[in-house]
Amino acid sequence: MADSPAIIRLQDISRTFQVGDEQVHALVAVNEEIRAGEHVAIMGPSGSGKSTLLNILGCLDRPSSGSYHLNGQEVAYLDDAALTDVRRHQIGFVFQFFHLVHRLTAAENVELPMIFAGLPRSQRRQRVATALEAVELEPRARHLPDQLSGGERQRVALARATIMQPEILLADEPTGNLDSKSGSTVLDLLERMNREGLTLIVVTHNLKVAQRADRILLLVDGRIQRRVAPGEMGDILALLTEEGEG
Amino acid sequence: MSFADLFRFSARGLTGHGLRTALSLLGVTIGVAAVVILTALGEGARRYVIDQFASLGTNILIVVPGKTETTGTVGAGGVPNDLTLYDAQAIQRSVPAAYRLAPISMGTEQVAFGERRRQVAILGTTHQYKEARQLEMLRGEFLPEEEMFRGSSVVVLGPKLARELFTGAEPVGQIVRVGGWRMRVIGVLAKQGVKMGMDFDDLAMIPVSTGLHMFNRSSLFRILIQTRSHSDLELVKDSVTALLTERHNEEDISVITQDAVLSTFTAILGALTLVVGAIAAISLTVAGIGIMNVMLVSVSERTREVGLLKALGVRRAQIISVFLTEAALISTMGGLLGLAAGWGTVRLLVKLYPVFPASPPPWAVWAALAVSVGVGVTFGLLPARRASRLDPVMALAGR
Repeated sequence: MADSPAIIRLQDISRTFQVGDEQVHALVAVNEEIRAGEHVAIMGPSGSGKSTLLNILGCLDRPSSGSYHLNGQEVAYLDDAALTDVRRHQIGFVFQFFHLVHRLTAAENVELPMIFAGLPRSQRRQRVATALEAVELEPRARHLPDQLSGGERQRVALARATIMQPEILLADEPTGNLDSKSGSTVLDLLERMNREGLTLIVVTHNLKVAQRADRILLLVDGRIQRRVAPGEMGDILALLTEEGEG
Repeated sequence: MSFADLFRFSARGLTGHGLRTALSLLGVTIGVAAVVILTALGEGARRYVIDQFASLGTNILIVVPGKTETTGTVGAGGVPNDLTLYDAQAIQRSVPAAYRLAPISMGTEQVAFGERRRQVAILGTTHQYKEARQLEMLRGEFLPEEEMFRGSSVVVLGPKLARELFTGAEPVGQIVRVGGWRMRVIGVLAKQGVKMGMDFDDLAMIPVSTGLHMFNRSSLFRILIQTRSHSDLELVKDSVTALLTERHNEEDISVITQDAVLSTFTAILGALTLVVGAIAAISLTVAGIGIMNVMLVSVSERTREVGLLKALGVRRAQIISVFLTEAALISTMGGLLGLAAGWGTVRLLVKLYPVFPASPPPWAVWAALAVSVGVGVTFGLLPARRASRLDPVMALAGR
């Protein structure tokens, strides 16, 4: 892993929001490299800039300053259309609240990115079948999201996030809305995909989720406070209770 | 993204909100149906009037006493000279292009047979009136060919009047009393209906001079002139005007051509159709605003979905086309339904009132359809653009 190339390189990334008269510094000079195939967890108290960082990593947002190389390409200042194309081909998203389209069946939800990417129908069918099989939801293919359990919904979302075969999967509290059993099923699936080569970045509050990562970035007040290995969890716990939540 | 895929995805967007879609569909349907029905009525009115004029006979001139251009100044010259039978005779003698000529006297009298009596319009004229106005006889004869000054005591009854007075008995040859006058029934008109505001079914026709005596009038109501051809109309009009001006020492009559009246009516009714069509177009626009409203609601309700689409790498243009296709689907379907509903209503109207030839003009049908589709796309554009410009982070959070 250590010798694989950096797929993400952040240099002095800052993000400032204007809220009324006040400037809020959500991210301050973040420097980080993430290698292809890594599994990284981002932790931090609320308001520490986790989501902002994830949005910038996912090309949903642009930094106010700094440089972001994704696969060697500077993407920090691309225009809207170019960022859209980056998202389409290189990045998959999994959200806390699944974000399934509820009038579409599980299979149709998984198919969605391919429709807009203009893939031919036969190819779409085949990929949907494979993807649903991978998340063990083939028998539920024709169910609407309302007919699925939370864990099943997140697995559909996972199949959708990876259907365009992105290199990076960004997960924002993927188990935040699930019971522990379906949560761990989802985490198992994420881990398996990571082992198969997918770069996985998970934002979480949950230590058990973070512990599965290769390393953890602890974000406090928009800065990376610590980089820790899963073995050093005790420190994290201490930091979180000390600085966060308050 | 193929069109079929776009179409399918947008259609799913609509069926996902059945009631809302149905309501805005209804708006467009009513709008288009209104255009079709209202313009059909306008067109029907125009055709009705044209038919009415045609049924009155062609190449007709009407001489009426009084100058229509001057509205009676009180005092000298304010009262026009009588339009007399001598005037009619003079026209007959010196204007050869006046092919048929029928002087008319008008009044209202009681017509009685035995104990049955009925107050009707009495039209005094000559035998040439029948050809000029294309009247048909049910039985008996029309007024006899005789000198216009000779007023014999004969009467021709309208079919309704005859039916009311005689209740099935043979009227021809019977003596009826018209006013105080005893007159012999010589014929009954075939059913004509109402022409130019006159009910030919419920009147009595008598010789013109008998009429003048009966109503104690010196002036004719008007003189009807028919020319052989359309091209003679202007010539006859000028000749008659000149002749009567000379006879009366002033121009105190008016000669009206049916063409002039008809073209006025046609112009009025054409304008009416346009106005009515414009009103209908307003209702279409309202329907369009309804679509816009529905689409705006749809966009704000689906903010998260738009956010998701953005996260999935769906391009702006694609998001616009999704919402635009939804709007276009509503308006096109509404347009087609409206055409069907409007057409059906018009057919029903024609079935119920066959005399009224209501039919939507083709331009109105195409315009209604085009406008409804255009309206959908135009009013769908704003919501679609709004959706496409949502910030993905905000949209995903539902803000």
